[in-house]
Formats: sequence, structure tokens, C-alpha cells
Amino acid sequence: MKLLFEKSVPGRALSILPPLDVPEAPVPENLLRAEKPRLPEISENDLSRHYAALERRAFGVCDGFYPLGSCTMKYNPKVNEQMAALDGFARAHPLQGEQYAQGCLEVLFRAEQILKEVTGMDAVTFQPAAGAHGELLGLLLINAYHRDRGDTKRKKVLVPDSAHGTNPASATMAGLEVISIPSTASGRVDLEALKRAAGEDTAGLMLTNPNTLGIFDENIQEITRIVHDAGGLCYYDGANLNAILGVARPGDMGFDVVHLNLHKTFSTPHGGGGPGSGPVGVKAILKDFLPRDQVAKTDDMFRFFDPPKSVGRVKAFYGNFSVVVRALSYMLTLGAEGMREVAEGAVLNANYMLKKLVPAYEPAQPGLCMHEFVLTLEKLKAETGVSALDVAKAMVDRGMHAPTMYFPLIVHEALMVEPTETESRETLDEAAEAMLDILRLAREDPQKLHDAPVTTPVNRLDEVGAARNPVLRYQF
Amino acid sequence: MAHIPSELLYAKSHEWVKFLSDDTALVGITDFAQASLGDIVFVNLPEAGAEVVAGEVATDVESVKAVADIVSPVSGTVSRANAELEGAPEAINERPYDAWIFEVSGITGREELLDAAQYGKFCAEEEA
Repeated sequence: MKLLFEKSVPGRALSILPPLDVPEAPVPENLLRAEKPRLPEISENDLSRHYAALERRAFGVCDGFYPLGSCTMKYNPKVNEQMAALDGFARAHPLQGEQYAQGCLEVLFRAEQILKEVTGMDAVTFQPAAGAHGELLGLLLINAYHRDRGDTKRKKVLVPDSAHGTNPASATMAGLEVISIPSTASGRVDLEALKRAAGEDTAGLMLTNPNTLGIFDENIQEITRIVHDAGGLCYYDGANLNAILGVARPGDMGFDVVHLNLHKTFSTPHGGGGPGSGPVGVKAILKDFLPRDQVAKTDDMFRFFDPPKSVGRVKAFYGNFSVVVRALSYMLTLGAEGMREVAEGAVLNANYMLKKLVPAYEPAQPGLCMHEFVLTLEKLKAETGVSALDVAKAMVDRGMHAPTMYFPLIVHEALMVEPTETESRETLDEAAEAMLDILRLAREDPQKLHDAPVTTPVNRLDEVGAARNPVLRYQF
Repeated sequence: MAHIPSELLYAKSHEWVKFLSDDTALVGITDFAQASLGDIVFVNLPEAGAEVVAGEVATDVESVKAVADIVSPVSGTVSRANAELEGAPEAINERPYDAWIFEVSGITGREELLDAAQYGKFCAEEEA
């Protein structure tokens, strides 16, 4: 498939710009470019075919089963799109003034009220653009809290070894040192190791519960108590909130700050750039440090205000606002009971599929799972040479998106499967049957799996070459 | 079965150590480690002069699958890093025992290290 740059023909153009209907504003000389940028020149027809062709080659939740573990690729209800497309939201300008954007402010206000209730927090900001951005902000808030108290020696963050890779990355970005806490054989936080690590240099703990093994750590209140006793704060990575939505609240588990992924748990578009939204909720002790432009309701007017010790902005204006509209639409559609059913359905679906796959596939942990489960293909690879990668690629040939592979890192040859609550029993049956069929093939004709995928526009990509010699720029 | 040269010492976190003298040693990752990681695509070389502590993370390597910590088996000061790996990280996959990652001098302590036979047994148990 040719790139837009390769399709470019000098002089060919789109004529989609409307005539200028406002006085022309001069651009200051120092901001003008010396020469025209070289951009692809292409007709509207060719452009639209180009994107239609790309769309056919892509795979989204509307194309088929998408069990990408830890990503919660649930169906995105179309009503959310209708709400976000309403003129008052879609055509709002960030500078139009709060008195002319009361509906938009109300969206932020109401979404905050609901998310406070869902997470057990006292305030929520919608500024962060996605989950890892929320993590970074959460840690900046924790830093600000300690600094405000004159407690300047807290430079370490405790992170379980089952954590999402973004946790240590965010901690490093926030200028903190990561201390990895080992898991026990049953996939829980090692409490003794946590006690040894927690101390007067502990800024906080970052934890996902249920964790990346799909296990709910029952010791969670003990865990947060150990960190609090050492003077640290507790950060909840909300990536796996889908498992406990409406059932348990991070605030009640002892967490002080939490990020949510609206593009996971709250059904806003995900993948291909979203855009995402990673609201951060905090307990009252951190409220004063939140970014600018929190929304308050006063005398029937919604107003923006800046918290007194705000860490400032972490994104332009109000975050990815139209994503919040979609999430609010989803939350209002579900109601409190519906949210609980989301978690119940997600956990039920994961366990249903796990039950169908085991014992043919080996689970990383025995017993029930939460909203996702991890399989280990280590033995299969030793016996047949077929790896988790081979199985994942073969699933693509059977009309599914691959599960998350080689994660969590503490499980060898891992496949992490998260069906979500929006899949029917028939879809789960078909997917499980396909995975069992792949397993049979692994024993009978492993080469077929090494060759997969064969139905896609490109087959095995040179991932090693791409990582060793990345070409990140197209010379036009 | 992974290759385990008899003249080297090994850490349970799958690094090898080659003592050049009593207080200087080269550190790399074992055949077992490179095989489990898969194709190495990046080696984060430590800076000369950096202090390393036995049993603690000194640096990391990145494979297609994951980023893996390299734990220093000895305490001391990094005297040099293998700059050749910068452009050719695949050397670790191809020749894991030639592709040393860093050299530690002024060694003041070491982890409990295994000899080849003990390490071979340890790997067999890991695989089981």
C-alpha cells in the first residue's frame, strides 16, 4: 500500500477551506516560515480512499473479539457518540467563557460527582490525557503533599513486580526511585518484603488491584496500612477498575489517589490513539494540589476555580473534554446498578472462558480469576516449540485480536486474556474453541503456527529489525 | 540445554562473572538469560564511574518481549562498558559469554555466586 506522500502529485489539491469571513489578521514576521512546508498534494477522492483502505486493514472492537488483556477493549455504545456530537459540546471553544459553556461545565461537574462515588474519593480532575499521564499527575500530587509538609526525604515509590510497566516509568518521570516489591507464589504482594521496604524515604506505593495476574489482593487494607504507617501515600492504578466497578472502591481500600481510564472502564474509544482520558481522583488531603480549572457549583452557576496549592496545568484547558461527555453518557445509561453489572459480567465472562480453556491451557494461577486471566505457555513451548507469540498470531487468523503477550513479566510465555462484559456467550465459545483448535495444531503441525498469520495484509513483521533499527521519519 | 562455560561464575539472576583479577571482573548475561529474553534490541550501558552494589540492579537490557534488569553480582565501580553492544545488541544473543556488558573494578564484595555445575542445576530447576 502506497503512502500519502507517495501518492502526492504536485499541484493537485483539496478545496475544503471555506472563504474567509472575518478580517484577516496579520501573522507577525518572526512567526512566518521562510519557505512553504512540503506536504502531500492529493485529491479528496484519493485521500478518502486512502483512509478507507487503512480502515479495512485495521482491527477494532467493531470487527471482532478483542481480548487484549489489561486494556478492557469493551464495546463503545453508539449513544455516547451521539451525545459527544451535539453541537453544544462538539462546537464549544475552550476560550468562549464559562457563562457560555454552562452545559460543558455541568458535564465535568456531574462526571466528577459520579466518579467520586465510584472510587470513594473526594475530588476528581479530568486534565490527564490518558492513564500514564494520570499516573504522573498522581505522583506529582504525592510529591507536592510531602513537600508542602516539609517532608523532603521521601524519594522512593514501592511498586509490586506484577505492576504495569507504566508505573515505574511514571515514577521515574516524577523524579522518584522505584523499589520493586516481589510477589508471593500466589501472586499477592509479599507483605514482609513490603514492611522491610517501607520507611521514612517512602513517598508512596503504586498498586493495581486486581493485579495484572487477574488476582484481587485480599490483603489490600493491610498493604495500604503498612504504607500509611511509614508516612507514604497509596496510589491506585485504575487500569483494572472494570473488575470491581460498583462492587469495591479504592477509597475504601485505603488509597489516597487513583487514576481511571475512561477509555477502558467507561467505554470511550480506545486504540489507534483514542484519544484517551485519565481522570485522577484524590482524597481530601490532596484536593488543594489538583491542577487548575476544577469545576464548582455556586448559585446555580458552574464556575472554574484553581485549587489553592495547585500543581498547575498538566494539559491544555480541560483535558480531552469530549471523551468525558462520552463517559458521562455511559455512566448515566448504566446507573449505579448497571455499573455493578459491568463488573459482574466482566468477571463472569473471564471465568467462563478460563474454565473452557483449562486444563488444555495452563493458567498462571489456579482458581478463579477476576476480569482477566493469564495463561503460561512455557510447557507448550518446551514440548512443541510453539510460543505465546505463535498462538497469538494464529488467533489473528481466526478473526480475533491477539491477547496481550509476554505480560505480566513474572509469567513466562504469558498470554493475558480479558474478554470484557460486552461479549456474548456465543463469542466466548467460538473464541475458546478457536484457541483449543490452535493448541491441537501446535501438537500436530507446529510449522503452521510459526507461519501464522496468513490472512492479514502483512504476515510476520520484523519486530527485531524495527526495534534495533527504528526508522521513525519519512523523508519526503 | 543452555551453554555454561566452566571457567565463569554465575548469579541466580542469570548474570555471569569473569574475574580478570582479584578485584576486577566482567559481567554479562548467560545463554539461559538471552534464550528466555529472546532477541535483544537495546542494551542500557552503565556509565563508567557508576557505583554498583552486589544483588542490586545495575542496568537493563531490552528484548522484543520485555525490559529485563541486570543485577550486578559484585560491588564496586564500573570501570568501562562494552560500547560495541550499542550498535550490535544482537551480540548478546549470538555470543553471550563474549558480549560482556560492563567491567567492575575495585570490587569490595560479591553475591553468593554459583559455579558452572551449580548454575546448570539451578537452570534445570527453573525450567522444571
